[in-house]
Amino acid sequence: MSILVDGSTKVICQGITGASGAFHTKGCLDYGTQMVGGVTPGKGGLQDANGLPIFDTVQSAVDSTGANASMIFVPPPFAGDSILEAADAGVEVICCITEGIPVQDMIRVRARLQGFPDSVLIGPNCPGLMTPGRKVSGEGSTAVFEGGCKIGIMPGYIHTARCDAATGKSVGVISRSGTLTYEAVWQTSVLGIGQSTCVGIGGDPVRGLGFIELLSLFEEDPETDGVVMIGEIGGSDEAEAGRWIETNMSKPVTAFIAGRTAPPGKRMGHAGAIIGGADDTAEAKMEVLRACGVSVCQSPAELGSSMATALGVQPVPVAHGAS
Amino acid sequence: MKIHEYQARELLATANIPVPNGSMVTSVEDAVQVGERLAADSPPVMVVKAQVHAGGRGKAGFVKVVKSVDEIREAASFMLGNRMVSPQTPPDGLAVDRLLVAEGVDIDREIYLAITTDRTRRTNTLIASAEGGVEIEQVAEERPEAILKVPMHPIDGLSDYQARDLAFELGLQGKQVRQFVSIALQLADLFVRTDASLAEINPLVITPATEAHPDGQVVAIDAKFNFDDNAMFRQQAIAELFDPTEEDPDEMRARDAGLSFVALDGNIGCLVNGAGLAMSTMDIIKLHGGDPANFLDVGGDASQEAVTEAFRIILAEDKVKGVLVNIFGGIMQCDRIARAIVAAAEEVGFQVPLVVRLEGTNVEEARAVLEQAEARMPTMRTATDLDDAARKVCESVA
Repeated sequence: MSILVDGSTKVICQGITGASGAFHTKGCLDYGTQMVGGVTPGKGGLQDANGLPIFDTVQSAVDSTGANASMIFVPPPFAGDSILEAADAGVEVICCITEGIPVQDMIRVRARLQGFPDSVLIGPNCPGLMTPGRKVSGEGSTAVFEGGCKIGIMPGYIHTARCDAATGKSVGVISRSGTLTYEAVWQTSVLGIGQSTCVGIGGDPVRGLGFIELLSLFEEDPETDGVVMIGEIGGSDEAEAGRWIETNMSKPVTAFIAGRTAPPGKRMGHAGAIIGGADDTAEAKMEVLRACGVSVCQSPAELGSSMATALGVQPVPVAHGAS
Repeated sequence: MKIHEYQARELLATANIPVPNGSMVTSVEDAVQVGERLAADSPPVMVVKAQVHAGGRGKAGFVKVVKSVDEIREAASFMLGNRMVSPQTPPDGLAVDRLLVAEGVDIDREIYLAITTDRTRRTNTLIASAEGGVEIEQVAEERPEAILKVPMHPIDGLSDYQARDLAFELGLQGKQVRQFVSIALQLADLFVRTDASLAEINPLVITPATEAHPDGQVVAIDAKFNFDDNAMFRQQAIAELFDPTEEDPDEMRARDAGLSFVALDGNIGCLVNGAGLAMSTMDIIKLHGGDPANFLDVGGDASQEAVTEAFRIILAEDKVKGVLVNIFGGIMQCDRIARAIVAAAEEVGFQVPLVVRLEGTNVEEARAVLEQAEARMPTMRTATDLDDAARKVCESVA
């Protein structure tokens, strides 16, 4: 089990003919994701280098392929529109990788998504989401997996499916940061802990699913034993998640907040400080999370070991391909 | 992106928000000339304000209320001839080359009015307080009830009734209400139209009653705007307001190379991929007793040129006594980054200790590349994980 996506998820790529879209479509295919097509307006009827059909519109792609998830690599000026196009075509999981979408666009997009209650948005400005597949053969970056679903730019091979995890446990990962997500995945994998689903929620101020929505999905998921959450300075999402965890979450949660040593002064005027409130700094967020029963890592090097302790498992160090 | 106060005033004026008469000048002579013009048709109280992005101008003596053209000459000579030092400037201060000379305004009341994006409510939000003036953050902290927040509709923006409610809540009366409503609606429209991330009028003043204006007038005295860098592709006019002299030259140079760089006070240079990992790397250096010299995110797909430029920027600072490279390769392949490190190190020349930690895609090949280069890079050590890397680099500079 997993949340949001699994081996049966059918995925299209919006912006499949762009350099990034093409590169990562191949990466997802190689991991074993059911990539079923792509969308580039004006190139409908053609095929990409992998032989996937290209459509002019998301609606025609969905009608022809039965796709229920989309990975968006459309450039920033048009990405907001692409998200709405996917929602309007009934795509259930919309994952927007694009970095640099204007905030005002995302404010309007988020508001309009309320009209599409069956669609969820992941991102933008995120590495994507993935549910690891079983390892079939090989080691390290050349290992072969099946039955998983990787939507995005993360290195698939560092992930471990529950069935391959030496401890028999798997955790959910929720992160605002890309490469720090990989760090958490890697640290849990080398200790023999698998991942149910990993979700990069993105670093933008206005985005799709947040910590609380995902925590509640992980709480319901029978194959998630705990959750690693990775936050950053700015905003009050982590503190609100902490308060939610205290009353609603039975599974152990480990958290790290990046940016304790980030210099102040990169904030915006008085209004930024007022709107950010007291929960804006890394220290404040860590304090709230700790008070709410979350095991908070002081160091980003403790993500894996802290999760193992919280799960009450003896780590089983594994010789992972890249170690 | 930030702009100057005088530019913000011009934006407000184009949106029909009243601002006092005044002009930006770059010389003492021009300041005097503007002063003479202003003094001709109003009581001779004027202000001279240094135009720099850093705050703390008033306490630094770079905002002066003056009562004569001679005093303007004196204030302008001082500001253009001295560097401004405040808690928000570098220790050696900032050169001032632009001044705003504006007519003074009599003040009955000061209001705070701002708009920013509230990430929790996922929309733009007006923030207002009847207690305007410089200490607004203190007000927010001590008496949060004195701060009013009005969320704008994410698509329709601010409604008339919302602005009217706010005016009454701020205690405005008579004709002040209509003036305030107009200002709030215009500001909300301007904010969205220009892809602003912050629009702040502090103070928005009510002038004392006069015969001509028995309810006083509502005027914007000081304004601050920040804009969304990601929207500059459709904000040509705003982008042209950019003042490169306000930027740190190293940060500009880094940006041109596609890097995100912020200089800090420590002695350990950092080169990392991803903003979150870069911040975490700084955090873990601190935990090991070290002090980072910079934040540097090389991005997701750094070229050899970008890595070389990153090393150049880091090593240009004499204070840097050691460098930590921390890369978790995803899209970025470790072997490519390893080759870039070797090539860059050879081109730039490494005199200080270098600790390299690589993980992720193609890490085996990357390790082989670094091993082969070891003889040519005597100051390099490799690390097995994040903790090991931080420990090694901190030891090396201790």
